[in-house]
Amino acid sequence: MHWEIVVGLEVHTQLSTRSKIFSGSSTVFGAAPNTQASAVDIALPGVLPVLNRSAVERAVQLGLAIGGNISRRSVFARKNYFYPDLPKGYQISQMDHPVVEGGSLTIQVGPDEKTVRITRAHLEEDAGKSMHGDFHGMTGIDLNRAGTPLLEIVSEPDLRGAAEAVAYAKTLHGLVVWLGICDGNMQEGSFRCDANVSVRPLGSGVLGTRCEIKNLNSFRFLERAIEYEARRQIEINEEGGTIRQETRLYDPDRDETRTMRSKEDAYDYRYFHDPDLSPLVISEDWIARTRAAMPELPGAMRERLVAQYAISAYDAAALTASRATAAYFEQLVAASSGEAKLSANWMMGDLFAALNRYELDMAHCPVSAAQLGRLIVRIVDGTLSGKLAKEVFEALWQAAGEVDAIIEARGLKQVSDSGAIAAIVDQILAANPAQVADYRAGKEKMLGYLVGQAMKAMKGRANPQQLNEILLQKLN
Amino acid sequence: MINASLTQLAALLAQKKISSVELTSAYLDRIARFNPVLNAFVTVDETASLAQAAAADARIASGAAATLTGIPIAHKDIFCADGWRTTCGSRMLANFVAPYDAHVVSQFKNAGMVSLGKTNMDEFAMGSSNETSYFGAVKNPWDITAVPGGSSGGSAAAVAARLAPAATGTDTGGSIRQPAALTGITGLKPTYGVVSRYGMIAFASSLDQAGPMAKSAEDCALLMNVMAGFDERDSTSLERPVEDYTRDLAQPMAGLRIGLPREYFGEGLSDEVARGVEAALAEYRKLGAQTVEVSLPNTRLSIPVYYVLAPAEASTNLARFDGVRYGYRAPDYKDLTDMYEQTRAQGFGAEVKRRIMIGTYVLSHGYYDAYYLQAQKIRRLIAQDFTEAFAHCDVIMGPTTPETAFDFGDKSSDPIAMYLSDIYTIAVNLAGLPGMSVPCAIAANGRPIGLQLIGDYFSESRLLGIAHQYQRVTDWHERMPPNSEQQI
Repeated sequence: MHWEIVVGLEVHTQLSTRSKIFSGSSTVFGAAPNTQASAVDIALPGVLPVLNRSAVERAVQLGLAIGGNISRRSVFARKNYFYPDLPKGYQISQMDHPVVEGGSLTIQVGPDEKTVRITRAHLEEDAGKSMHGDFHGMTGIDLNRAGTPLLEIVSEPDLRGAAEAVAYAKTLHGLVVWLGICDGNMQEGSFRCDANVSVRPLGSGVLGTRCEIKNLNSFRFLERAIEYEARRQIEINEEGGTIRQETRLYDPDRDETRTMRSKEDAYDYRYFHDPDLSPLVISEDWIARTRAAMPELPGAMRERLVAQYAISAYDAAALTASRATAAYFEQLVAASSGEAKLSANWMMGDLFAALNRYELDMAHCPVSAAQLGRLIVRIVDGTLSGKLAKEVFEALWQAAGEVDAIIEARGLKQVSDSGAIAAIVDQILAANPAQVADYRAGKEKMLGYLVGQAMKAMKGRANPQQLNEILLQKLN
Repeated sequence: MINASLTQLAALLAQKKISSVELTSAYLDRIARFNPVLNAFVTVDETASLAQAAAADARIASGAAATLTGIPIAHKDIFCADGWRTTCGSRMLANFVAPYDAHVVSQFKNAGMVSLGKTNMDEFAMGSSNETSYFGAVKNPWDITAVPGGSSGGSAAAVAARLAPAATGTDTGGSIRQPAALTGITGLKPTYGVVSRYGMIAFASSLDQAGPMAKSAEDCALLMNVMAGFDERDSTSLERPVEDYTRDLAQPMAGLRIGLPREYFGEGLSDEVARGVEAALAEYRKLGAQTVEVSLPNTRLSIPVYYVLAPAEASTNLARFDGVRYGYRAPDYKDLTDMYEQTRAQGFGAEVKRRIMIGTYVLSHGYYDAYYLQAQKIRRLIAQDFTEAFAHCDVIMGPTTPETAFDFGDKSSDPIAMYLSDIYTIAVNLAGLPGMSVPCAIAANGRPIGLQLIGDYFSESRLLGIAHQYQRVTDWHERMPPNSEQQI
């Protein structure tokens, strides 16, 4: 039997606010334990939550970006359970009335686009961390993270298999980073996925029993966990067994998922409206101001780049991988006097390759758009050949100075003086009579050899087009 | 002096006829003498109080005094006070020293008032007799075999016995008004949202409201001027213009329409309390007010609704008392779950546990709709009753409690009987309205009787004025428990 894998994702994005969602404490990662935990965060008796407006604005931005409905009135609820790193004994979240309802995200699946429906996005606070390190047999509690704002974005079960799930997660990751509402740092837990996985016979319209895999904090783990889990469920089905609805954990060391708790053990969270917080009312005016402060969205920007710069949709997609990349591209086109195609080629070629090689992101690119633009100008005006340009680019990467200074200092200026080239060509022809004869006898390959000899004699600086022309002229 | 009003005390201080240190010492002496019997205070710190008094004297000397600077006040032990043990009447917090001031505490501190200490209360404000305090019950100064009411019983007893000229209280279902009635003092529960809840240990967040407890309406008005006002640290605090709560004190009573809810004068009301209230109404009529009958048909539902909603909120408000970060932790446990269970089993008293159980139950899957949601709907109906009644009257009056202070042990083994003693006060909290209790009679058994005044939203200053006009022509609020005077 053929099985279809059905996946829905719940993504917890940590919102990049300076202070926590219900207190004024800093959200900066990596401080000494419990140094960023205020009276509110540690839930002293008598303290009360006050909602951070910046967190709401970030949620609204996401809602607008996915075409979702911004709830004009949403409600915070208490999710009750006991755990040592949950100071109040409840988490403030949203249940019946989330801040964003509906929306969708378009992802690229191979050559095709696919629209994934988003159910909802809701605001909530993060818990602290339990540390099972060396505390004389006890557990340490770090409440720095307690109260950090999270936006949980829940998709419909529209994803078919691990590859689509990863494509969705990556697209969503790109979007939240693009919007600047989340730093996207997966190692620090800023973007964590729970995957709901089920399988069903291909063609069936009924969803199978699902299992939820918690806390996947890398795209690779997400992919592996779904693949493992789908395989496990298919095997159970094929052996005539029954899938139990449960929550599972992925163990990357053993590359498998394990039961965390079954449906029967599921907590009764006793959700109810938090009486400490009034309903969150979002006015039209607030939405309008938030929309006005948003950057151009990647989809709209891709369309604009294609129209404005006459580049391919493929190039536009690559160049809008991040806001920094897109900004670099537009600066580069400007700096190269409008050479959009060359700009795109240089970025997607040498620049991306170098960034990859050194594992840098666009924000840390050592070559400025102004300098790379200058380099392109020098190619266009014939000062640099493509080959020499690569050498200049390398020098720029090593911070060896400005484009023109590098050309000057290293004598990389292309020779386009036909007299000088013709003189060298004459020398080469004279020195290689056998090869010349071979060429004239029909061995056209010999042309390349002669070009190479002439280029070598000119230390690579000859204008290659001119050299070719002069050589052919003399040979024929 | 112990019967002096806040205005009189303020004048004595301003004229330097007495210093704050002298005044504070006098009250500390009375506390030292009478608290061993009354148990009104849980924590007294003479050094800290006298230091505050000395600072107040310096402020008065510098000419920077506010109206109430130098006057002592007692705080219900539900308010966090920086550096003071704050117990909420519970073993769970028996050794908890608050590291910050509640909004109310800091408001009084900024006004230069001197903290006399923390007053006893029902554990986590859950009780109507003060018998649920981990620190033992407070005695009613009028008769030490009687309860002082609850949960602000310590504050009520302290003011009644003149151990403090004023005190703070909190009222979730009657916890200011009922003990005020039972101890013959004046107390106000403001409109929900008028006084910040920041730093006030939560019982039922949507009902809890702090208010003043003092000898008179005029004193309460002065205290409201200090404690009321917007606080951005409490999201349910209302952003409204600053008010002078004394502004309506002199308003005449002529033409005042007093609504008498039929449901407050029926079955369950003792004859003696009814007579006391009638007498007070007669005074108002003499002052030119008229009475009209109104109806609050859903009053009978207020107790069941309250005992769904308040425990629901309490069950999660009290989840933070888990033995992990502060407060009581059981000495012996075998694992995490056991630690939680032992800590909460030992740290909470029976009434608190009962309400946590009720609250957990009504919020549970499968019961939420039938209990919690249903109660929320009825809560709205109860609020509507008042809106309709206020179409026909300016103020609602009736008894604060069905009977005078009962004896210790009378109701402590029967939770339902205990809950019914709040029948006239609870609906006011459910509706979020302001309410007062004013002493209006003393029963044959020597125990005081309270008149309840209920106003429309934000009508505190009007309510205080209505109460003040009554107190101008009567002296019930000046009566002291027997033996108080010789105890100076």
